[in-house]
Amino acid sequence: MSLAAFATLLERLAFTPQRLGKERLLAQAFSDTLDPQRGLMLAAITGDLKLRQVTPSLLRGLAETRVDAQLFAASYDFVGDLAETIALIWPEGTRSDPPLSEVVEELSTTPKTRLPALIISRLDSLGPSERYAYLKLATGALRVGVSARLARTAFATWANLPVTEVEEIWHALTPPYLDLFAWAAGSAPRPEAAARAPFRPVMLSTATDLEQLSALDPSAYAAEWKWDGIRIQAVSDGGTRRLYSRTGEDISTAFPDIVDLMDFDGTLDGELLVRRGDEIASFGDLQQRLNRKTVTPAMLRSHPAGLRLYDVLIWNGQDLRDQPYDARRAVLAQAVAPLGHRIDLSPELDFQTWDELAALRLNPPATVIEGVMIKRRDSPYLAGRMKGPWFKWKRDPHLIDAVLMYAQRGHGKRSGYYSDFTFGVWNGDDLVPVGKAYFGFTDAELKDLDRFVRSNTVERFGSVRSVARTKVVEVAFEGLNRSTRHKSGVAMRFPRINRIRDDKPAVEADHLSTLQAMLERDA
Amino acid sequence: MAREPLLLPRPEGLYCPAGDFFIDPLRPVPRALITHGHSDHARPGHGAVLATRQTLDIMAIRYGEEFCTSRQAYDGPVTLGEATVSFHPAGHVLGSAQIAVEGRGCRIVVSGDYARVPSPTCASFEPVPCDIFVTEATFALPVFRHPPPEVEIARLLASVAAFPERSHLIGAYALGKAQRLIGALRQAGWDAPIYIHGALQRLCDYHIAGGIDLGDLRPATGGTKADFAGAIVIAPPSAFAATWAQRFPDPVISFASGWMQVRARARQRGVELPLIISDHVDWPHLTDTITELNPAEVWITHGREDALMRWCELNQRKARPLHLVGYEDEAE
Repeated sequence: MSLAAFATLLERLAFTPQRLGKERLLAQAFSDTLDPQRGLMLAAITGDLKLRQVTPSLLRGLAETRVDAQLFAASYDFVGDLAETIALIWPEGTRSDPPLSEVVEELSTTPKTRLPALIISRLDSLGPSERYAYLKLATGALRVGVSARLARTAFATWANLPVTEVEEIWHALTPPYLDLFAWAAGSAPRPEAAARAPFRPVMLSTATDLEQLSALDPSAYAAEWKWDGIRIQAVSDGGTRRLYSRTGEDISTAFPDIVDLMDFDGTLDGELLVRRGDEIASFGDLQQRLNRKTVTPAMLRSHPAGLRLYDVLIWNGQDLRDQPYDARRAVLAQAVAPLGHRIDLSPELDFQTWDELAALRLNPPATVIEGVMIKRRDSPYLAGRMKGPWFKWKRDPHLIDAVLMYAQRGHGKRSGYYSDFTFGVWNGDDLVPVGKAYFGFTDAELKDLDRFVRSNTVERFGSVRSVARTKVVEVAFEGLNRSTRHKSGVAMRFPRINRIRDDKPAVEADHLSTLQAMLERDA
Repeated sequence: MAREPLLLPRPEGLYCPAGDFFIDPLRPVPRALITHGHSDHARPGHGAVLATRQTLDIMAIRYGEEFCTSRQAYDGPVTLGEATVSFHPAGHVLGSAQIAVEGRGCRIVVSGDYARVPSPTCASFEPVPCDIFVTEATFALPVFRHPPPEVEIARLLASVAAFPERSHLIGAYALGKAQRLIGALRQAGWDAPIYIHGALQRLCDYHIAGGIDLGDLRPATGGTKADFAGAIVIAPPSAFAATWAQRFPDPVISFASGWMQVRARARQRGVELPLIISDHVDWPHLTDTITELNPAEVWITHGREDALMRWCELNQRKARPLHLVGYEDEAE
């Protein structure tokens, strides 16, 4: 497969709306492409090509060697995608069409210092859609509307194999997947041997509320706190230890302190948290440790990680997923005890009626709890999100009425719309900004807000528009932190625009004192 | 006392005190000069209107014969008060004109919307030397380099050939874009019937009456799904959401617009086959036009004025944004 053919595939995938259509395009590509190109193509789509990371700032720097920085910034602001902006703006040069493997090879082996020169010479010799495909490869984020899971499903369907069997060995495979395609062709067995400490699809919950719960028998359900960390799967299998995110991404290297503690043989389901002694730190503290390739000793000391376990899938070679929840929890309780104080069991809540559980939910013992989880005692551990066996009952968000103050264009899917909003509340006679939100609204509400911004702009600061202080929005948020960065002294957790309050004049929006009182209460 | 300028922005639109008239006013005014028939430039309710014969006809088609108190079709330079005005082709849509205003030793050309890619549907843009060039900035970002229309038409025809059992449903605005698209298809040798939505009928008829050959056009009504297999159907984009679109067999949704160069725009519209066909200048044509005309000053009406201002600054050109509110920023 040449880069041009790959670019065409990406284009068609991006503009084919139906899932089935995308699967068909991928199947066609698997049939039409030879090894090793097709494996590289698949890895590019699933995000498993481990290329030398080309950073956005490096690319921006390259673009500015060809285009004025301000013009580039204005273009990026409009297009909303860095690779696409550069692909469109780069001056036309000669045209060439290298094989995908050549491009992948040089991107993974070229030393960092020589990357800029390499990328420039490629951009100078490609057409616009090939430039786009090339930059998407180089940055490692294709975003063509095909998830890794969809690509694997398409592969399984094409190869006539059960998708779960493909999923379970996926993490042990490496591009260009010659063994995988040989298995698909029936010329080799399933690449089993390599599949140590595999990821197992995680069981997920659906949202509920008191009204829905009242139809259910509380004695058939167990409940526990919903901890605000990140859901993980900890797998230790014959000496191989891996920590996976909910989606199956291997995050072991970012959490060596956890991996050290995984002295067991099995597959556990739990929440990753930053723990200092008995205290569970806020999600903000955990965030400090996420998205890092490596972790410094200082960080390990200041932000020690721990696990709080919910469930067990496999224990000492025995697959427990078919067993009822209560039986798995009994195994888990035994299993956890010897693992040290930084790994413990998520305690079950004591309740007889849904009203009692509602009361517990209203007064959680820690701010890092974001609601309760409710699980059917007789439910097996199932892959995916189905309605019924597991529910999440999140705490209600806080709500305030705020006034729209500034707007910026959105990126990605929202590009072209004014969809990033800064809103404020009254402090005396002035409005002070208290947060930014870029989701929560419906598509119709977004159009309304976008139109409002365009026709009520009073001032422009580069890409930011200041708008007439007349539009009131109801903002929902999960919590408040003190902030030294914001003039208002408060920072919101997970703010989003809940609805537009056209029925409310701006003078009736909330005051900063309301938020300050909320801070006092939480402290 | 400083001399009063020949043209100045007012809330109603661009105003000429020497001749007491507005160009493309956004609100009803006693005397209006109109560059072209798109509804954000040509609004109903004015007193006297001066425009090309075609623009007046188009306004009458859209708003009814009573769209203004009195009208005058342009027929050579006109003196209004102390100003002389003349109309010159803008290459945008049928009847579109640039308006040159001359007086007090200064000539200003108000280009309205304009395009430099020739189209069989209208006269090509005519460069008019001037002191001040008033330009749009719809596609004024260096990312906008629209491919030649024939390349896009070839992509469309390739898709039609690849999916003979489906119909291709193309969104195109009723005035200008639809006919530009049809004209380009005919030039590429597509001589099969092209089906059009009812909202395009009168304007297409008007083009044909004016001697523009659009080939065999048929209403996209009646018939069974099978009749539309392999067909090209053109409709205003708003029709796609309506049940009207359900009559076609598994349609390939397409949209003909300069915005289709940006992927997110195409995806937001649910477009499967984006066609980059524009009736505005792209970045190279816009900046080349300014360089070619070499005016002492550039005024910018609407669009991405910040970027064009920056380009003028980099090229040592005097420029100012007019910040006229009310022109469609991103319709095309």
